Amino acid sequence: MTFMEGRTLRCLGSWTMSDVGPAERTLRLMEWPAGGSLRFEGSGIQAFDTGGAVVLSRAVMEARRRGCEVTVEGLQSEYAQLMSLVSAHWEAMMAHVAARPNGKARFQSSIRNLVDRLLRGLDFIGESSIALLRVSPSPARLRWRSALNSLRLDGVNALPITGLLTFLIGVVIAYQGAEQLRKFGTNIFIVDLVGISLLREIAPLIGAILIAGRSGSAYAAHIGTMKVTEELDALRTFGLSPTELLVLPRMLALVVALPLLTVYADVLGVFGGMLIASNQLNVSFTAFLSRFEEAVAVRHFLIGIGKAPFFAVIIALVGCYQGFQIRGGVDDVGRHTTISVVQSIFLVIIFDALCSIILNWWNL
Amino acid sequence: MSLAGHTGTPIIEVRQVSTQFGPAIVHQDVSLTVVKGEVFAIAGGNGCGKSTLLREIIGLLNPTAGTITLLGADSRELQQADGGSLHRRFGVMFQHGALFSSMTLAENVAVPLREHTSLSAGLIRDIVALKIALVGLPPDSALKFPRELSGGMRRRAALARAIVMDPELLFLDEPTAGLDPMIAAGFDDLVLDLKRLLGLTVVMVTHDLDSLWRIADRVVVLGEGRVLGMGTMESLAASDDPAVRNYFHGPRGRAAQLNHSGGALPRD
Repeated sequence: MTFMEGRTLRCLGSWTMSDVGPAERTLRLMEWPAGGSLRFEGSGIQAFDTGGAVVLSRAVMEARRRGCEVTVEGLQSEYAQLMSLVSAHWEAMMAHVAARPNGKARFQSSIRNLVDRLLRGLDFIGESSIALLRVSPSPARLRWRSALNSLRLDGVNALPITGLLTFLIGVVIAYQGAEQLRKFGTNIFIVDLVGISLLREIAPLIGAILIAGRSGSAYAAHIGTMKVTEELDALRTFGLSPTELLVLPRMLALVVALPLLTVYADVLGVFGGMLIASNQLNVSFTAFLSRFEEAVAVRHFLIGIGKAPFFAVIIALVGCYQGFQIRGGVDDVGRHTTISVVQSIFLVIIFDALCSIILNWWNL
Repeated sequence: MSLAGHTGTPIIEVRQVSTQFGPAIVHQDVSLTVVKGEVFAIAGGNGCGKSTLLREIIGLLNPTAGTITLLGADSRELQQADGGSLHRRFGVMFQHGALFSSMTLAENVAVPLREHTSLSAGLIRDIVALKIALVGLPPDSALKFPRELSGGMRRRAALARAIVMDPELLFLDEPTAGLDPMIAAGFDDLVLDLKRLLGLTVVMVTHDLDSLWRIADRVVVLGEGRVLGMGTMESLAASDDPAVRNYFHGPRGRAAQLNHSGGALPRD
């Protein structure tokens, strides 16, 4: 603590980081006399550390700025040493305190970053396309082993969760539809409702969203970690292209896996709808299936699985791209993994909406 | 054990510590004492359990057997988050800095102050600036993120964070590993300066023979899971134990010693 006594500022007690808070507040609000001599009496200080030294030095500097002649007296020798340590570094310290982010420069650099990111994205798409062109004349160059492994991890292993989710969504749609259809006595239209919405939109979307969450994020994290640990650089020094080695097999695996998953999701989703239809609306399995044949045109199914490979390309490219964007530390891995999921789901839905608009123009 | 005369107040006491990871024995009956005000180095070959011992002392790991007393308290107590009453009395600089990558350098250094004190933002800023100035980082670095700093600057930043609370004890894990010789020597000097200015006791794990010669008051050499030797560098270099001799009398050890003694290598 501290108090003024005429022209003497008495400092008492503990001036350590834990206890100096009140003294600092007092000194910050202190009305220094303009000019004249001022004595800081420190013999009452019982504990002192750099925190206390900073507070005391600030007060000394402030009083000097007001034109006072300041003397500091009575400090124990090691405390005085700390004071001289602080005053020896005072200018460097003030330079640190004065360092402020420059708003204009920050704005410019954020614009530059945005442009940079767009260009890098284009660059990545270009590089992947070139790698694809380079590999396609000689398919033996493709890493089949890695593609098959990826197919197992991202396709086969995703079967249970995809199946369960679309089954449940089939159930939910049928339940919601049943309420409305029963009012009009048009129970049999449950087939159109479940069949078309699932085959055309929901099954491919659910598949894509699951894969984006399961596999897209894994791609980003895997490639990103390889980048952080300089494994990608090691590959390049062997003359191997990371794009060819890591991106193409994954993309290929997803392009094969996602349409297949969609078909599987179609089956389970419709099955879920069928169960509810027979349970709630007295539409028997046979009635359901014969109505399905006439009501749900093949084109709905084809449009659904036709979109899947495009979703797959989006997810694989975004996941791998975000992986390559990781630089520096491990925290970047988490950040870019999140970005990869959000971005790929976003792009998948945008693409899906575009498809709907275009197909609507063509009356499909 | 009467290994090399140490006098003064013990600040760390390691008694008969044994460590086992599954079947692998890391330490067996390791005992040592660090006294107030010295620079104590833990040396030894790769995989001899130096860093494990350090982690045990700072309470990140429990030894299988034995006790470790740190600043008068059992190091096991450190595993409970106690609001920092013991934690604030020592600072640790990790090998790769372990700076929080989502924060700027100044924010990193401010973490212990923000968490453990109720000082005003302005004062925290001042103390942080002082510590950053003390470790000799340029003014514009305070606003940078760890990924924008070079390896040497990151070490300095980590050191600034370790000393921000004016700890009594400073732990350094491989402070100079991977730094070029000039920067490493600069770092050694910095540690010595800070030790003098702030009255620190320093415990460091290192391989760096140059830093052992330059700044360590006493050194313990670990190997084969036990203490091979302990004492000043001079006494260790003159040791008859073949394992210790091997460690200090390889070509690099001799060069470091030559360097330190200004060219006059005592013939043996």
